[in-house]
Amino acid sequence: MSDTERLLPLDGWHRRLGARMVSFAGYSMPIQYEGIIAEHRWTRESAGLFDVSHMGQLLIAGADAGTALEALLPADLAILKEGRPKYSMLLTEEGGIVDDLMITRRGDHFYMVVNGATKEGDIAHLEARLPRTVVVDHMKEQALLALQGPKAAEALARLVPEVAELSFMTAGAYTLAGIRAWISRSGYTGEDGFEISVPAASVESLATLLLDQPEVRPIGLGARDSLRLEAGLPLYGHDMDTGTTPVEADLHFALARRRREQGGFPGWNRIAAELRDGPVRKRVGLMVDGRQPVREGAIVVDADGNEVGKVTSGGFSPTLEAPIAMAYVPTASAEPGTAISIAQRGRVFAARVVPMPFVPHRYHRKGAAA
Amino acid sequence: MSVYYSKEHEWIRVDGDVAAVGITDFAQAQLGDVVFVEVPEAGRRLSRGGEAAVVESVKAASDVYAPLSGEVVEGNQALVDDPALANSDPEGAGWFFRMRLSDTHEVNDLMDADQYKAFCDSQ
Repeated sequence: MSDTERLLPLDGWHRRLGARMVSFAGYSMPIQYEGIIAEHRWTRESAGLFDVSHMGQLLIAGADAGTALEALLPADLAILKEGRPKYSMLLTEEGGIVDDLMITRRGDHFYMVVNGATKEGDIAHLEARLPRTVVVDHMKEQALLALQGPKAAEALARLVPEVAELSFMTAGAYTLAGIRAWISRSGYTGEDGFEISVPAASVESLATLLLDQPEVRPIGLGARDSLRLEAGLPLYGHDMDTGTTPVEADLHFALARRRREQGGFPGWNRIAAELRDGPVRKRVGLMVDGRQPVREGAIVVDADGNEVGKVTSGGFSPTLEAPIAMAYVPTASAEPGTAISIAQRGRVFAARVVPMPFVPHRYHRKGAAA
Repeated sequence: MSVYYSKEHEWIRVDGDVAAVGITDFAQAQLGDVVFVEVPEAGRRLSRGGEAAVVESVKAASDVYAPLSGEVVEGNQALVDDPALANSDPEGAGWFFRMRLSDTHEVNDLMDADQYKAFCDSQ
């Protein structure tokens, strides 16, 4: 453990559970407990508990905070209802992605969850651009857990029955076992599930209580990555960064309709042009022939061996039992079914473009059968 | 028959001038779930320290280096077909390849079980 590495509120708890700890986003974090594939499968079949307390939780408050934030991100905050988390992103003037995030209106302020590795930069980015009347509060004493999987609702409802009223992408304040929690029905696995924000001082008793439920096992970062890859969900710093736009990253849904038309957020000129004319390259999903995974950094090559793109995430899908990847490819090669060649360590792999998600999402949508 | 270990966390079981090679239990635990293995073809010449095989876990790809010089007698097709053998039985059914040694004296540079245990403890 390096001197600069920070410890999660649940650090000792992870170690007592036998987690293997690695350095990630400046924290010592659990990469696995019993094994990545077993944890991955458990999450798809039952319910997995993830400690994501490294992520940044921010409160943004002040006069006209919504208007001020709209100058920095492409969400329509004017129509954003209370307790409805929205996926959005901070953008550079060139339309590059500074970070992706979730933003929720909560009474007189906004609650924002940003990536752990980028949170300090995000705060600086926000503070440098928001008017003085708008204040950014980094909730350093707040922990974040995710409970994900088809049995997550059953397990959580045993502790707080009211969560049954939540549908995908809705959130509210609840009390469970005497702990005040902000619970959102959302996640990063493609499964139904919840993200639960609680004071760091209470997170260990909550984590223990959740783990006492027979459906629940602890899940490390390794399975979190393979689950999100199967779900087609991009990872900041890998599948997108300041050099990629939301249109290239195929994240159009983060661009609210009114904002696409009216602009008024950084990078709008380029983003509007890409929406109109199409981007030169696009993030796609790939199925790779054989069993050997292609990894981040592998090169997409054309028939003459010229580099035309790159793999940004790649691994072995435990659900499909096959290698899958995300890559940026020229838009002309982005249609499902297109054959793609990947060069990695002196070898060429055959792949084809497939629609994402690789494994269907199973969110609990409003109005859908339970 | 003697078993030796390398600093690259391979075990080498030597019987006369033929050695079976695999990754140790320590190595498989570090790698995690193995999802892909490539083993060398029979007849391939290996020189000590050169790339001999590939092992990939969910998270990462690693090379397996030839711990000794010689010629491959056989790659373990059962391991290629079921890479999880490298996790479930790393020092048995999960062997990678067998090779005929060109210089049996090279084993003197490897570790015995006690030395290897101390080496792992120091990692």
